[in-house]
Amino acid sequence: MNLTLKVWRQKNDKASGKFEEYQVEATEHMSFLEMLDVLNEDILENKGEPVAFDHDCREGICGTCSLTINGRPHGPNRGTTTCQLHMRHFNDGDTITIEPWRAEAFPVVKDLVVDRSSFDRIIQAGGFISVNTGQAVDGNSIPIEKEIAAESFDAATCIGCGACVAACPNGAAMLFTSAKVSHLGLLPQGKVEQDKRVVKMVETMDDEGFGNCTNIGACHVECPKEIKLENIARMNRQYFAAKIKA
Amino acid sequence: MKWLTTLFTSSLGRKLIMSLTGLFLCSFLVIHLLGNFQLLKGDEGVAFNDYAYFMTHFLPIKIVSFGLYAMILVHAILGIMLTIQNKKAKGKTYAKSGTTNVSWASKNMGLLGTLILAFIFIHMGDFWFKMKMDQLPMVMSESLGFEVKDLYFRVAQAFENPVIVIAYIIGQLVLAFHLWHGFGSGFVTLGLNNKKYSPIINAIGRIFAVVVPIGYALIPIIHYLR
Repeated sequence: MNLTLKVWRQKNDKASGKFEEYQVEATEHMSFLEMLDVLNEDILENKGEPVAFDHDCREGICGTCSLTINGRPHGPNRGTTTCQLHMRHFNDGDTITIEPWRAEAFPVVKDLVVDRSSFDRIIQAGGFISVNTGQAVDGNSIPIEKEIAAESFDAATCIGCGACVAACPNGAAMLFTSAKVSHLGLLPQGKVEQDKRVVKMVETMDDEGFGNCTNIGACHVECPKEIKLENIARMNRQYFAAKIKA
Repeated sequence: MKWLTTLFTSSLGRKLIMSLTGLFLCSFLVIHLLGNFQLLKGDEGVAFNDYAYFMTHFLPIKIVSFGLYAMILVHAILGIMLTIQNKKAKGKTYAKSGTTNVSWASKNMGLLGTLILAFIFIHMGDFWFKMKMDQLPMVMSESLGFEVKDLYFRVAQAFENPVIVIAYIIGQLVLAFHLWHGFGSGFVTLGLNNKKYSPIINAIGRIFAVVVPIGYALIPIIHYLR
């Protein structure tokens, strides 16, 4: 299949970028990233500068790949990362627009690569359990309701890719932060520090320059792990409770 | 004291203020509408003028009305500030906007809110301001036994003008879109979003967003048709 790509090219965070058009020949079995590999080989053969894009595991679990494809983070399919998106979902002759994640808190490093270290700093503010766990305990020594364990696990599936921020018209990081707050706070070991955690993570999120959530829900629609909006409500609740508590 | 200031300056705190003021304004919409239905009584405004006198001379209502003006201002100013800040936080927007399955209203609350604010200014300028500035004729109230301001006269006069009637209908359409997202969103911000209650709250919100603006729109339409 022959495709026309409109790719965002930007030298560094200071430069003002622009779109450049490329022709690429792909097969429908390729993943989106493999199609970009082919493009880069073509560019290199012509002594050009290859397109920079983030990728790592290429199996949908690391959260490294990003790319806004035709205006949608991770492309047109629901619950799919860019690396798991295959070219069979496009048609021969299509023009595909590829842009980096757009948010002030995610500055462009180069081309399609953005700096997502603001997420790391949110995690550093409270996305951990600091109790000494000692030796591994017996699996059933702390009873946890199945529904709660599942809820926590659902939140824990967040891979921190930043698609929520990229999709949000406000550039808010509420879905990410709330998933991290929920995944720890729902379990007994995480409950201990939950008040401190939620306050610190929210305040760091604000300091990093993310926007304010207005409950649009685009984050959930574009999330490759389909993290639920209930997490946001839970974080709101827990934040207010933690602030008011004496 | 620092906890209190950070509570209301944090992103979540400001959302809380938006939610609480917004939901209070929703309750005001109901009261205002119920009062205004007296315009449809067909009694040449006797009941409505008495009601308007009561609303402007009963102390507890006067106190609440100042709270209401404050809430409208807080909701509007904070909303505009948040919209500007959010635009800034987004920075560059996408060259190609994808079709995301979210309501149009939810993405345009700032615009809708600004239009509603403009509507409130026009609406208050036309009725409330004219009443406060004594620009209305006086009319004898049979039940009260003294002369009251004839606000009904101004309302009837305004709704003879098809331009004003259409402007009011458009205003209600904008309000409907704002409520379509705002009502349910207010509860999510308060932390209420779960499998048990959310479907009920959202259903009430959607009905509210349709019924209340229709109720308001009926008043100028019926007046015009009479």
